[in-house]
Amino acid sequence: MSSTTALVRLPTVLRPQAGGNTTVNAEGETVGEVLSTLVSTYPGLGPTILDDDGDVRKFVNLYVNDEDIRFLDQLDTTVADGDEVAILPAVAGG
Amino acid sequence: MLNVSRQTWLEILAEAWGSYPNEACGVLVARPEIDSPIVRFEPIVNAADSSRVFTLDPMGYMKAERRADDEGLAIVGVVHSHTHTAAYPSPTDVDEATKPLVPPTWHWAIVSLAWGFPELRSFRVTPGTGDTMTAAGIVEERVWLS
Repeated sequence: MSSTTALVRLPTVLRPQAGGNTTVNAEGETVGEVLSTLVSTYPGLGPTILDDDGDVRKFVNLYVNDEDIRFLDQLDTTVADGDEVAILPAVAGG
Repeated sequence: MLNVSRQTWLEILAEAWGSYPNEACGVLVARPEIDSPIVRFEPIVNAADSSRVFTLDPMGYMKAERRADDEGLAIVGVVHSHTHTAAYPSPTDVDEATKPLVPPTWHWAIVSLAWGFPELRSFRVTPGTGDTMTAAGIVEERVWLS
C-alpha cells in the first residue's frame, strides 16, 4: 500500500457520491493511482471521471497543486504526501 | 428564478462590454439552496479568447470554487455573453450545459449585446434523451433585479 496520501478536491456535482465531502484523502504515488484509490472507495465517481479505457474524460480537468496535469505527465504525474489533486469541470459554451 | 442585485447586474454588464467583441464569462456565487439570491458574480477569463465560444479558465474556476467553499457558498451558475446572437442557449450551450459535471440546477445566464441594448436572460438546461437541441430541457427562468 502506498504511504503517499493526496487531498482530492471534488466539484460540487460529485460530492453527493463521496459522502457529501468537499475533499477526501486518497492514497497513491501518481494521479492515476490516486484516482484508482478514489474510485475504489467511491465507485459512483468512476464513470463520470474516467471512460471505459481508463482515460480521463474530456470534460474533466485535473490539477495537482494548481498545475494542469496535461502540462505535466498526465495520469503519471507524481504526487507527494499532502498534495492537492483537484477535479474540476471543464465549463464551456457558445 | 435568478435573483441578482442591480450592482451585480452592472458588474456582469461591465465584464460583457469590457470583453467585447469576445464573449465574456464568469460564475454566479450564492448559498447552495435553490433560488438563493446571488451573492456575487466572479468574472473568469475566457480561455477560448473568442467572439463565438467561451471556456471558463480552469484555474479561475478553481479559485472561485475554493473561495465559495471557504465561505459556505457555492457556484450556482455560469454567465456568458452572446455578442452576435440572442440571449438564448445555442446548440453549443446545450451540449456543454448538459455535461455530467455541470449541475442541472445551475443558472445558465446569457447577456446578449447583439443589438446594442443589453439583455439578460437565464435558463435551466437539463439533459435530453436524443438530439440535444430538440430533446434537452431548456426552461427559461425569471430574472429578478433586486
